[in-house]
Amino acid sequence: MNLEAIREKIAYQPILLGTFALLASAALALASSATSEAIAAAEAKDLRDSLSEVLPAGLSDNDFLKDTVDLENKGKTVTIYRARQGETVKAALFKVAERGYAGDIQVLMAVDRDGRTLGVRVLKHAETPGLGDKIEIKKDKWIKDFDGKSLGNPAPEKWGVKKDNGVFDQFAGATITPRAVVKAVKGGLDFYAEHRKEILGEQS
Amino acid sequence: MSDALKEVPLGDNYGSIMKEGLWDQNVVFAQLLAMCPTMAVTTSGTNGLGMGLATTAVLVVSNILVSMIRHTVSSQVRIPVFVVLIATLVTVVDMAMNAWMHDLYKVLGLFIALIVVNCAILGRAEAFAVKNGVVASAVDGLAMGLGFTGALTFIGLIREFLGSGTLFAQASNLLGPSFAFLEMKLPGYGGALLMILPPGGFAILGFLLAGKRVMENRAAGRAAQNSAGTTPAAA
Repeated sequence: MNLEAIREKIAYQPILLGTFALLASAALALASSATSEAIAAAEAKDLRDSLSEVLPAGLSDNDFLKDTVDLENKGKTVTIYRARQGETVKAALFKVAERGYAGDIQVLMAVDRDGRTLGVRVLKHAETPGLGDKIEIKKDKWIKDFDGKSLGNPAPEKWGVKKDNGVFDQFAGATITPRAVVKAVKGGLDFYAEHRKEILGEQS
Repeated sequence: MSDALKEVPLGDNYGSIMKEGLWDQNVVFAQLLAMCPTMAVTTSGTNGLGMGLATTAVLVVSNILVSMIRHTVSSQVRIPVFVVLIATLVTVVDMAMNAWMHDLYKVLGLFIALIVVNCAILGRAEAFAVKNGVVASAVDGLAMGLGFTGALTFIGLIREFLGSGTLFAQASNLLGPSFAFLEMKLPGYGGALLMILPPGGFAILGFLLAGKRVMENRAAGRAAQNSAGTTPAAA
């Protein structure tokens, strides 16, 4: 029997499909095991790079990727990375998220022992290009306005965009986006203040 | 799938395969396939170029593989087989790029997964690779891919220029620092936001389609005049 005739048989179809499904699974399994280590390493490097960006140089002599503590924030688990010098925790780095104009805005922030922000960066957002995306460091320096701010500076009622009588600039045409970022950073500082002892690893 | 996909096997005439892919049967401007990635990523020339190149790579490999197995696969189950094949291929490319070309992946990563839903890949498998030899299929994949790349880059550049007043912004992220000279900015122009948003994409595509039609009609008219008496080729 030649191939043409075999190809038309009913039994040929499931066998063919099954074979291809099997081959595809094998290829995927192989590729996954061959790449998983390299991918994990690359992602760890990404995380380290973005963490290093909010953390001023020279504040840590430890591998803060491994020095973590998980805490609950508004029902979600937040991983806090701790930058230490010797035994002292010098800074805590963690992510916060707040709903912006289009979906969640993910913000990475570093806070020093006394609850002052060391650096803030937006990791991920889906805000309007050209209007709301000025929260990215690549597009605008706005996000640096948060450096050195704390819960007492500015005063709590001033923690808002200028339109809401706060101290932070909004952008022309976009108020919701900066408002969300301000809220996210404030929320992060509140979160730090609430859990300061656990984060610093001190006994109460 | 309209009659744009009705395909006469072109055999080994590589020149005409290239011309089909780049212009006559251009994925975006003639077949009107792959509208989803077209609208989604053409907010800048760089994005369009990146998506186009990644798609081209997948299209060439998938065409080669489909052509290789075309005698084994029966017509009854060919579609699921091709879908599994393409999805596997894209996933492997995605993982490999993530692992070994991580910097490029950070720029293109978003697009790679989108390639699975690009109907142009399955379209070429169905319309061409399954009926033609391996080399011809590879050439077809390359031609269709480059045509797609050209279309995406062109739409992207227009939208980027009108929408944000730049050209090839962040091209050095994609192509390396030596290509930074491509990046241009129009001083003092804030941009028309509409062009970056989806409606702008549809509007630009509409004008470009109309433009292509006009060009083709003119060419056909000229051909008809030149060969008055003989039958003009249908446009």
